[in-house]
Amino acid sequence: MTQAPYIEEYTIQAGDFTAIGEAATRFKSTLKMLGISSEAVRRAAVVAYEGEMNALIHGGGGTVKMTIHGDHLVIEVTDNGPGIPDISLAMQEGYSTAPDEIRELGFGAGMGLPNIDRNSDSMTIDTEIGKGTTLRAVIRFSPREAAARAV
Amino acid sequence: MKLREIAQSISAEVLYGEEFLDSIEIQCAYGADLMSDVLAFALPGTLLLTGLTNIQIVRTAQMLDLPAVVFVRGKRPQEQAIQLASQIGMPLLLCPMSMFEACGVLFQKGLQACTIPARGV
Ligand SMILES: Nc1ncnc2c1ncn2[C@@H]1O[C@H](COP(=O)(O)OP(=O)(O)OP(=O)(O)O)[C@@H](O)[C@H]1O
Ligand SMILES: [Mg+2]
Repeated sequence: MTQAPYIEEYTIQAGDFTAIGEAATRFKSTLKMLGISSEAVRRAAVVAYEGEMNALIHGGGGTVKMTIHGDHLVIEVTDNGPGIPDISLAMQEGYSTAPDEIRELGFGAGMGLPNIDRNSDSMTIDTEIGKGTTLRAVIRFSPREAAARAV
Repeated sequence: MKLREIAQSISAEVLYGEEFLDSIEIQCAYGADLMSDVLAFALPGTLLLTGLTNIQIVRTAQMLDLPAVVFVRGKRPQEQAIQLASQIGMPLLLCPMSMFEACGVLFQKGLQACTIPARGV
């Protein structure tokens, strides 16, 4: 039986730090309602949250979308910001260009992209300088080896 | 350890969530002023201790299924953070101790460090 995928999408408003996490929270309650395992729900929430945060801080706002298929979900975060000049550098733990005011709030330590990578089964970044960035992360529902950490 | 016992042992005031203190059982804790690290390291069920006060502290805890937040050094969370916590039923404790002291007391009482598996470089 093939069902049409379920899609949920929200806007990440430029400059609205307070609202970050609202989309991830909604995704979380949708997934819980669907009976997805708490581990997968948490991973999806962390991916969406880190994605929202990056789109706001580095991309000047954008959109975050979750598509739920039968055996996996996809989280896509898109912004029209400056793009990422060097993806492998950006993926390194500890590399960050976040401004001081974000650091003072407890973020901007260069942990987000590696954390998205760890919490998803696969992840891709499409980026173009001056145009924007789209991050796409896939999370499968079947139990996977908890490679990054035991829960 | 019950959250109520935790609150008592670090002389914490309950800012929100008095009614949940007896039902929440906690085994480990994580102290940090860096939410980037919390998001990367904290395991579900872990008690978060922090000296930061903005709304994203509560959201970070919520994303990771952390049961409660302790604000150390006598810091009081911002109004938005309190509002969000009361919406989602997350207890907030105010502790006058430093991070080191609060963590030390809880460690002595038997709370464990949140186990972070070795990670590849
Ligand atoms: N959407 C984006 N647009 C432009 N640059 C980005 C984007 N996402 C990430 N980057 C770049 O990659 C770096 C690393 O991102 P990462 O999420 O790992 O860390 P951070 O956001 O700086 O800090 P943290 O995630 O710990 O709060 C950022 O500092 C930024 O330079
Ligand atoms: Mg980030």
